[in-house]
Amino acid sequence: MSLVLTEEQTLLKETAAEFVQEKSPVTHLRELRDKSDATGFSRALWKEMSELGWAGILIPEEYGGSGLGLSEIGVILEECGRTLAPYPLLSTAVLGASALALGGSDAQKQALLPGVAQGETLLALAHQEKPRFAPYDIALNAKATSDGFELTGEKRFVLDGHVADRLIVVARTSGSVGEREGLTLFLVDPSASGVGVSRTNMVDSRNAANVRFENVVVTADDVLGDADRGADLLDALIERGTAAVSAELLGLIQEVFDRTVTYLKTRDQFGVKIGTFQALKHRAANMFSEVELSKSITIDALRAVDEERPFRERVVSAAKARTSDTAELVTREGLQMHGGIGMTDEEEIGLFMKRAKAAEVTFGDGGFHRDAFAKATGF
Amino acid sequence: MSTEDAALATFREQIRSWLPEVCPPSLKPGSDTTPSAEDRQAWLEAFAERGYTTPTWPKEYGGGGLSKQEVAVLNEEVTRFGVMPPGVSFFGTVMLGPVLLEFGNEEQKQKHLRDITFGRVQWCQGYSEPGAGSDLAGLQTRAVRDGEQFIVNGSKIWTSMADQADWIFCLVRTDPDAAKHDGISFLLFDLHQPGVTISPIQLISGQSDFCQVFFEDAKAEASNLVGPLNGGWTIAKRLLQHERQTLSGGMPGGESPTPKKGGASEVPAPTSPLAEDARAYLGTEGDRLADPALRDRIAQYELDKLCFGLTLKRNGQEAKAGQGTSAASSMFKLYASEMNKRRGEIQMSTRGAAALGWEGEGFSSNEIMETRGWLRSKGNSIEGGTSEVQLNVIAKRVLGLPD
Repeated sequence: MSLVLTEEQTLLKETAAEFVQEKSPVTHLRELRDKSDATGFSRALWKEMSELGWAGILIPEEYGGSGLGLSEIGVILEECGRTLAPYPLLSTAVLGASALALGGSDAQKQALLPGVAQGETLLALAHQEKPRFAPYDIALNAKATSDGFELTGEKRFVLDGHVADRLIVVARTSGSVGEREGLTLFLVDPSASGVGVSRTNMVDSRNAANVRFENVVVTADDVLGDADRGADLLDALIERGTAAVSAELLGLIQEVFDRTVTYLKTRDQFGVKIGTFQALKHRAANMFSEVELSKSITIDALRAVDEERPFRERVVSAAKARTSDTAELVTREGLQMHGGIGMTDEEEIGLFMKRAKAAEVTFGDGGFHRDAFAKATGF
Repeated sequence: MSTEDAALATFREQIRSWLPEVCPPSLKPGSDTTPSAEDRQAWLEAFAERGYTTPTWPKEYGGGGLSKQEVAVLNEEVTRFGVMPPGVSFFGTVMLGPVLLEFGNEEQKQKHLRDITFGRVQWCQGYSEPGAGSDLAGLQTRAVRDGEQFIVNGSKIWTSMADQADWIFCLVRTDPDAAKHDGISFLLFDLHQPGVTISPIQLISGQSDFCQVFFEDAKAEASNLVGPLNGGWTIAKRLLQHERQTLSGGMPGGESPTPKKGGASEVPAPTSPLAEDARAYLGTEGDRLADPALRDRIAQYELDKLCFGLTLKRNGQEAKAGQGTSAASSMFKLYASEMNKRRGEIQMSTRGAAALGWEGEGFSSNEIMETRGWLRSKGNSIEGGTSEVQLNVIAKRVLGLPD
């Protein structure tokens, strides 16, 4: 089991680094934020990313993708984490593409996946209802009718939900809130009658929406995977999403850490570089250890999912817990070490801190995943 | 099968048939006789004759001349066989040996390496001094050249197992007028001589695995000076690298299981010894530990252990690919020590009053052992370079922060 990138992955990573640094540096996110861009990213640039193959990495070749794995999209997400690139990789290329690839019928795949791979179709997973992540706390009701279902309820924190061409809605067809059984996933057109999408403005300037469903009519053909037994598919999506967010956090962590060390080497105070102060040196060295640990576990988690390794949920939770906690540490310390300038909007550390918090919350923070890790270890 | 794989398979077969041939019956699994000193010696010599006590060293100096893959096969087969391999001096094999191979002259290699392989000489490390501690280069033990000898005066402290050692590899000041790091030499000498006094130091754990060693006109042959006169600091640093690597290597690996051929059923479910312990002392609510705060601490520990094990592994793979940094050994030493201390604290917390036993009735031997282990673990972040020293090394050598 190797923890070193393959030649192909290294190449992909280098290409991604070059691309996002040139076309989507942190200033790109800032511009989108400052002009309150309706989409929140550039569709032209997403098209370019898709031409590089990014949107179709997890899509099988027969549907226009490259049929690669999470390890490959992981290195891209890592580079996007370094520049805070606000592109729909998680919502569409990871969650949406996986939902269809793993759970879709042939007709559903034919209809949607080629468009996803080409960067034309955007997808969003409408799953979360409560503020704190709780995978089976699903109240959104799917009432069976003579020829399908009627969806009623509300979803929050739907990433890229404001621009999605199809929503993947997790609904309850039986059982009660909190139960793993009785869930069904549906493909819903957001322009259908009864769907109300409202974009939210989040602290990280990224794109999410709240979505209301009022007696939204769907047919049996819109069911993704097996009705009433959707939790298996949902778990697989959450697993991939969790590993993918860890990869993005890893990039963010490394970037903030690098910037902070550079600052310690260049900032003068009391007539010396502040990096000469032992109080700061030791904290920087401690952070280094946590960064290295975060890197190892993230690489392993991505590979564990690709290899379908037994007990991989343990490794995936370890990755999300470690990267969430390390991101909290390095952004907090990074800001502190930058001093007053770290508090300004002009300095970019704050933007990283905001994104780190949002990514921590996505699919469960450190505490959530320590709990999951303990369960997966049998205690 | 590639040629390389075929050669390894042949090697494995050889080891597999060799082990039962040379292992005295009293040591074999299931034996009900206590092995005699002769039997233990025979087991040691069988290994040493093939160089397997120092398997990666060159054959010409008594080593096994084995590749890393062959060493892995050897270890696997010994584990499979189920008998502990013979032990020889840790200080000789892990610390002094590699340094002699790199810096020693031909005569020194011939004189000392084979004795280490055969366990004929027990070594100890004369680094720390009462007044110096973490400021290693502040050492004051003097060695003055007198004809074909050095005369050594001074004292070393925290010398592990000096009371069981025959020889010492020692940092001595040979030029008191030179800058701190430039007047130090690396000298080997016999401890069994007049002028050497060794007194064990009792620790808070009740153990005494360290000693203070006093030299009063002790003598060292000049031919036992390793490297150039006053050039000992470079050697000292290299040896510390070996030491840190070994100390952090003692951490339990946190590798996640990879499926073996034949399917998932062969991979054992993950477990946590700490959680099992806590289950016994605290009980459970449902399938969770009854104390959520302790459960979270154990989860954090196990999670970090997993991440740490993977990082050790990744570092090894990067080194093989020529990407590693040797200064990272400081990070491993730091993290392993701090984790070991955390583990001790969690165990104490789990056991409550049952952790307070010192000796005698009322506590299991395991409880007493763990309590003493907790006390002993406090030394982990002091010995072999304090955690603060490791942090300084990382800041300087890895992160390049200014002095």
